[in-house]
Amino acid sequence: MKKQKVIVVGGGLSGLMATIKIAEQGIPVDLISLVPVKRSHSLCAQGGINAALDTKGQNDSTWEHFYDTIYGGDFLANQPPVKAMCDAAPGIIHYMARAGVMFSRTPEGLLDLRLFGGVKKRRTAFAGATTGQQLLYACDEQVRRYEVKGLVTKYEGWEFLSAVIDENRVCRGIVAQNLTTMEIRVFKGDAVLIATGGAGMIYGKSTNSTINTGSAASSIYQQGVAFANGEFVQIHPTGMIGEDKNRLMSEAARGEGGRIWTYKDGKPWYFLEEWYPAYGNTVPRDIAARAIYKVCVEMGLGIDGKNMVYLDLTHLDPEFLERRLGGILEIYRNFQGDDPTKVPMKIFPAVHYFMGGIYVDWNHQTEIPGLFASGECDYMYHGANRLGANSLLSALYSGTVVGPSIVEYLKNIDKTTDDVKSTVYDSQLKYEEEKYKNICQMSGKENPYKLHEEMGDIMRENVTIVRYNKKLKETDEKLQEFMERWNNIGISDNTQWSNQDVMFVRQLRNMMELARVITLGALNRNESRGSHYKPEYPERDDENWLRTTKAYWTENGPRFEYEEVDTSLVKPVPRKYDVDGRQEVKEAK
Amino acid sequence: MAREYIHLKIKRQKDPKSQAYWEEFKVPYKPNQNVVGILMEIRKNPVNIKGEKVAPVVWDCNCLEEVCGACTMLINGTPRQACSALIDKLPEGVITLEPLSKFPVIRDLMVDRQIMFENLKKVKAWVETDGCFDLGPPPRMNEKERAWAYELSRCMTCGCCLEACPNVNSKSPFMGAQALSQVTLFNMHPIGKMNREERLETVMGRGGIVDCGNSQNCVKVCPKKIPLDKSLAQLNKETTLHGIISWLSK
Repeated sequence: MKKQKVIVVGGGLSGLMATIKIAEQGIPVDLISLVPVKRSHSLCAQGGINAALDTKGQNDSTWEHFYDTIYGGDFLANQPPVKAMCDAAPGIIHYMARAGVMFSRTPEGLLDLRLFGGVKKRRTAFAGATTGQQLLYACDEQVRRYEVKGLVTKYEGWEFLSAVIDENRVCRGIVAQNLTTMEIRVFKGDAVLIATGGAGMIYGKSTNSTINTGSAASSIYQQGVAFANGEFVQIHPTGMIGEDKNRLMSEAARGEGGRIWTYKDGKPWYFLEEWYPAYGNTVPRDIAARAIYKVCVEMGLGIDGKNMVYLDLTHLDPEFLERRLGGILEIYRNFQGDDPTKVPMKIFPAVHYFMGGIYVDWNHQTEIPGLFASGECDYMYHGANRLGANSLLSALYSGTVVGPSIVEYLKNIDKTTDDVKSTVYDSQLKYEEEKYKNICQMSGKENPYKLHEEMGDIMRENVTIVRYNKKLKETDEKLQEFMERWNNIGISDNTQWSNQDVMFVRQLRNMMELARVITLGALNRNESRGSHYKPEYPERDDENWLRTTKAYWTENGPRFEYEEVDTSLVKPVPRKYDVDGRQEVKEAK
Repeated sequence: MAREYIHLKIKRQKDPKSQAYWEEFKVPYKPNQNVVGILMEIRKNPVNIKGEKVAPVVWDCNCLEEVCGACTMLINGTPRQACSALIDKLPEGVITLEPLSKFPVIRDLMVDRQIMFENLKKVKAWVETDGCFDLGPPPRMNEKERAWAYELSRCMTCGCCLEACPNVNSKSPFMGAQALSQVTLFNMHPIGKMNREERLETVMGRGGIVDCGNSQNCVKVCPKKIPLDKSLAQLNKETTLHGIISWLSK
């Protein structure tokens, strides 16, 4: 039989981890990435990665990590996969340290841990405040080893356009385009993994990198794969609001003792500590973001009447701060100019992470056989709100799951890509070539970047922290209008070499499709749960909405289905952070 | 008088084979902008200073937080990231943007930096792990040693050190500080150091550490303030010692 091959799209943590797992089994991988994989967005993660390593004498356990994650996610995540992730976490950290990550150590040379939001025990391993960068580099290095061994072929500077799906609805490869030569070609593969991260660019300004358009996920959604829980978008409470983007100030700042405050009646007011005495400044992100929103927008108590509050580190030892949080201090100094060890930082919530994503089974396969998804672009591990430092974990863990499940899938298929009719590949290629040609010839009046800015503005205004049905409806109408206007775009670059305009116009269309999934998903869900908050429906409604949203693409906009959540391990209880609302955490025997 | 416009002079090139040319742009001033933000403004209205409609400027960027290294270019002649080049901190007057000169131009400000990743292969910049399964807790590591290694591990492969180095040029095979410093890093890792000799040998020939002229320009331009001088000095000591030991045991 012909040698099998896997295509991995996306060179962030999840894609690289899956690549390592697959190459380790001697199976060749074609790795497709927009950027040199070492520049992937995973490197923006700062604060750390959770694992119940229990090196601080607190009797932590993987069961407690599981319970905190489910509770923090307001019970929307399917429980068994989350349990498996938390159980695997310590082993993943051990491997990453062996592979070169310079995790901060205790005075005895053990892996050090710090506190993060929504938990009571120190469970976050970290490498200064650049943990994502360090983890990404270690995976990049291991993949480079396999590249030298001839098992991995990198295609950096290529954009995924669509999956090749045969007449039996089985995925047989992809079509991609070279960002420099503009060549469009087929990559045949026996299995395809989409590990393309989040889609913050839909909101214009977010903490995400410019490549995080969600274009690849949107493309396979338009090919028939379900997009799950799109309405759950995490707004990080402590963003540094900028003209070009919003930069993240890690939750580690609060974990290490940072305090949030603003002035009330002329005196500092530590509103998180007052409102949530049980957790104080380390409440989960959705809670903190809503509180800051309330203080600034509803009470008008932001600093100088503006939408910002203080994140204060100045009471902490500068040498300690430099060692533990150097990476973020540097970002604040470089981009804002002030020194956070001397003056409090000014912050406001910013769009940060997609809990929702491509619908997959517990082996990370989509509803199309041979097409898999993992990392931020899947929907699996965070329910309605992600706990800080669980994203690096789910990115890596999902990679360790999807790699072996692809290997298993390959054992059970009877066709090779040579047995697939060439017309299957040719017709998809032709479709993408036509589409590209049409975009190149667009000569309307709209500027794509301005259109994008407009879309981002309205999405940030109406589909973030506080959501009203009237506004959501208006937003969806506006999005449909944007889609009309998209047809009237004019391309300013008419060359066929490194043409960034054309690529962006295609991404923009894909962003609009996903924007509708987010907005209509939010409109439908008449309850408040985790990051999704509607003042008109302020309570969680388990009877009607303890369900996973599944959106399917149709010509007339998304069609929604809902699926029961697996709550077989722990019973949903009300989620509270003002008092310790967690039930006694005991592992079921 | 308050600044009304930002005046940019950009070195442009249609493709690797064409002649480079200069083009100027004027963008309305707003406070708190950076060079990437200005390039983003230009593509919303790609008209040059003469009022001609032109192709938008092509450049590389991604994280906009000075962590990914993508948007490195020459700004007023200095290699640095465009995202962290704040307009309010640059001298008033014309801002010049050029592509890095030590790498082949793809288009406009975008260059091909693949050579740096190839050099990481040459110096075996990785730990030889046996597999990605769990083998229990990693070896303990002294926090002081770890902190020094961590500084080196923050290299984002941006290319500033190569751009600034007089010994990195088309006539020299010198690989520059970026890859060399990774040898120092991996030779400090408790498992990585098991392949210390192999790694040292990759940098003992032409293009390796002996071609370093000790100008120390690298450490001056490194945006992550990595002590590359110290790192290369440590490597130099190690290679010399390794050379003597190998010669003695011949």
